[in-house]
Amino acid sequence: MEKVKHIFKKEFKAYFISPIAYIVISIFLLIIGWLFFSTFFLNRQASMTRFFSMLPITFAFIIPAVTMRLFSEEINLGTYEILLTWPVTFRDIILGKFLASLAFVGVMLAPTLLYAVSITFLGPLDWGPVIGGYLGALLLGATYCAIGLLASTITRNQVIAFILGMAVCFSLTLLTERILYFLPDILVGFFQHLSASYHFEQIAKGVVDTRDILYFVSVAFVALYGANLIMQEKK
Amino acid sequence: MIKVENLTKYYGDLCAVDQVNFEIKKGEILGLLGPNGAGKTTIYRILTGYLAPTSGTIKVKDYNIIDNLIEIKGLIGYLPENAPIYHDMLVFDYLNYVADIRGVAADKKLSQIKDLADLCSLNEVMHKSVDELSKGYRQRVGIAHALMGDPEILVLDEPTSGLDPNQIVETREIIKRIGKEKTIVFSTHILSEAAATCDRMVIINRGKIAADDTLDNLKKSLDEDSVEKIFRKLTQGN
Repeated sequence: MEKVKHIFKKEFKAYFISPIAYIVISIFLLIIGWLFFSTFFLNRQASMTRFFSMLPITFAFIIPAVTMRLFSEEINLGTYEILLTWPVTFRDIILGKFLASLAFVGVMLAPTLLYAVSITFLGPLDWGPVIGGYLGALLLGATYCAIGLLASTITRNQVIAFILGMAVCFSLTLLTERILYFLPDILVGFFQHLSASYHFEQIAKGVVDTRDILYFVSVAFVALYGANLIMQEKK
Repeated sequence: MIKVENLTKYYGDLCAVDQVNFEIKKGEILGLLGPNGAGKTTIYRILTGYLAPTSGTIKVKDYNIIDNLIEIKGLIGYLPENAPIYHDMLVFDYLNYVADIRGVAADKKLSQIKDLADLCSLNEVMHKSVDELSKGYRQRVGIAHALMGDPEILVLDEPTSGLDPNQIVETREIIKRIGKEKTIVFSTHILSEAAATCDRMVIINRGKIAADDTLDNLKKSLDEDSVEKIFRKLTQGN
């Protein structure tokens, strides 16, 4: 665990050394702020529902940009070779990098807490869904980080890693009733359970169900395990 | 100390290393020589755990690379060819990170970084970013990185490539100095340097061992008077 901590610290700092952190955070806040507040006052409701409903789609293209460098950059620069010859396991490397990207997502999300605070001045805010929403956002973020990390192990090209990660995250986001309307009802139910946004909505309602948590944890686990297999395969 | 046994590595259909056997004793400086593409880097990469062998194994002390890779990695300091380094870090931060990863105790970290900075003459660049460094400094940061945590074995893949004549002499001095207490495997294309530095030479050609002996013995057995001629004789006809 000591090694994971060191890798985590290095990777987390690396975000803020390069301009990528500031660009990604600004773009995220700009987009989510606009999507949220452009209709907020029309609804005349002190609620963050719309903010959380816009989060999966925003995450689907922001998070792959956060994770695309994790492995691709190292493979491209050749530092992957020194990383693998240090006395650390694949698990240490993957966990350290994964947690660093997740922490970054946390930092990115933190300023939006101000939305919640400022809304309380406008009217009574129901904190249940807000807390559920942020919990869900972290779970959703973890899952997308894991997927983005997996995409990053596949290629030395960061652009390809970004597009691959985004394609998978988008697919998981868009598997909702609206897209699946042409399927028979039984199949809609089945596909819905594969959808990240469906499980996220459940949690964001303020109902924390183990099934939804299990969904995020298992998808993230499968992606991280896949990354481990790909690293093994490269040897 | 290190025992390479029937080591074979295929990249797809290409055989990069073919049934290689050799041994390195404790405290020895071994020159692993051969033309480009002979398989030197592949052997290093297997020894340091970056690649897995197709068959055969390497034993380091009582460990072998199949079962005890992490322990072996802890014993080896490795400078890959071209010394890849995280380009966005400061030299000090980088060495500090390597010290953490290699498990250097917190109270010894600073003194070790300082010692290595002195040894590799890095003091002026400690607070520069790695991508501002000249080739010579990068190479020396790479050597400092390999020495971090005081590993018993050093593997240096062309530590003097791309350096100017002064830097080559300095690097050779460093290798000689640390070679007094450590086991070193290194490769170079400057044969006079190998002749001056190493105790024993292993010459490989097309993935196979062409010679494994001290320079003096090689001169006698092949009836040649210079290391260049020996090298040409053993590796020509590629």
